[in-house]
Amino acid sequence: MENLVEVKNLKKNYGSKEAVKNISFTIKKDEILGLLGPNGSGKTTTIGMLLGLLKPTDGQILIEGKKIEENRIEILKKINFISPYIELPKKLTVKQNLIVYGKLYNVLNIKNRIDYLVEKLRLSDLLNRVTGELSSGQKNRVSLAKALVNNPTVLLLDEPTASLDPEIGDFVRTFLENYKKEKKISILLASHNMNEVTRLCKSVLMMKDGEIIDKGIPEDLIERHGRKNLEEVFLKLSRNKNEFH
Amino acid sequence: MNFTRIYGLFLRHFYLITRSFPRILDLIYWPSIQITLWGFISNFFASHSTYYNNAVGVILTCAILYDFLFRTSIGFNMLFLEEIWSRNFTNLFIAPIKISEIIISLIFTALIRALIGLIPAILLTSPLFGISILDLGIYLFFLFLSLYIFGITLGILVSSGLLRFGPSFENIAWSTMFLLAPFGCIYYPIEILPEIFQKIAYCLPLVYIFEEARNILINNSVNLENIFTALILNIVYLSITISLFYFSFNIARKKGTLINIGE
Repeated sequence: MENLVEVKNLKKNYGSKEAVKNISFTIKKDEILGLLGPNGSGKTTTIGMLLGLLKPTDGQILIEGKKIEENRIEILKKINFISPYIELPKKLTVKQNLIVYGKLYNVLNIKNRIDYLVEKLRLSDLLNRVTGELSSGQKNRVSLAKALVNNPTVLLLDEPTASLDPEIGDFVRTFLENYKKEKKISILLASHNMNEVTRLCKSVLMMKDGEIIDKGIPEDLIERHGRKNLEEVFLKLSRNKNEFH
Repeated sequence: MNFTRIYGLFLRHFYLITRSFPRILDLIYWPSIQITLWGFISNFFASHSTYYNNAVGVILTCAILYDFLFRTSIGFNMLFLEEIWSRNFTNLFIAPIKISEIIISLIFTALIRALIGLIPAILLTSPLFGISILDLGIYLFFLFLSLYIFGITLGILVSSGLLRFGPSFENIAWSTMFLLAPFGCIYYPIEILPEIFQKIAYCLPLVYIFEEARNILINNSVNLENIFTALILNIVYLSITISLFYFSFNIARKKGTLINIGE
């Protein structure tokens, strides 16, 4: 199957600190790859490099076969990102935000695209409301609409359901599953919610101290480490990486 | 260069301004107060100073020109800071918008912001003080153009600092204009400055702009050399600061500032 994302020997140093140490992985078309690891393991740094926000110290990132360092703007047209740590302009209405980002991504026929997202993400009642006044669940759906406004082929999700109630969390997960099936996109999902990762991801990377310490499909990892679920595997790997090298 | 993306970023700030009456009021309020205050000071000096007694409105005209510079520079910084305050910085820099498109969009938006504030203030000067800035004639355009370019230059310079050092650079954003104002010879001739300060002042376009404004109003003559020198210096400084902005962007990508700046 076609690899939409290829990461080869990626390194990132901040001065003498090695934040990401020579990692390699791929994300296939129509695949959700889970990126797990404790805080400070290098997940955000890896996502930052995939988004072109960070310059790798060494290694390569290819999106649809193109190097991000040489084709940053071209590649950014095809990817998008959501994180609870970044927000849309709070004073603008939902519709205004979607129009602005539609223009920034140079989306042709913005109205149709917004109508599609509004229907899929149940945003019709929110369109004319000020973004900053929405609940966290509503903001999350709006951020998801913004992340999909350019019809991305690669979607990067950092804790997409953090701080959401179970119902909204389930809605988002179901939406992502269906959207991926429908559009055949690649998704990188960084999450601390192991149930979410088990449900959505075909394969998982475990990171610690900037390295990939294990990888595989969730069921295999659980079996290989003799644990009941992915959360227990995560805890075991996070506490002692050397045991599993 | 993609005009849809430039327009998109402009639209983001246009929506922000037009959605909020207090924001529009804030843009108009300060220049109007500033100009009114300087109008009274100007009237006082005109009746008590031999230097200014033949040219009522010199101080007020210079105050208007300085305010335009100030608003343009602060306006540019505000547009950049707005993205940091709203935690939208990352969203902006992961959009496929080129640095040149960001700069052009912010340059244009800063002009609109400055004019929203300045036009009512200029309109106030005529009925209140009987003074029209249009007395500067066609050269007014070149003086405004020079001030606009220098205001943008300072805005880009501060934004480069924000990119490089993050929000901790915010305080510098507010103080740049005050730091340069003494060297700009806005309200006094350059001869007032100590010799060492004069040398610094001659390196800035401001002194040529304000000296020329006074020259036109007081002596009724035009020294084109001042106008050209100001424009040339502006082009040089603008080119340097745009290069610095690109450099800061690359450093920010190396150091990770872009990923942490809004958090």
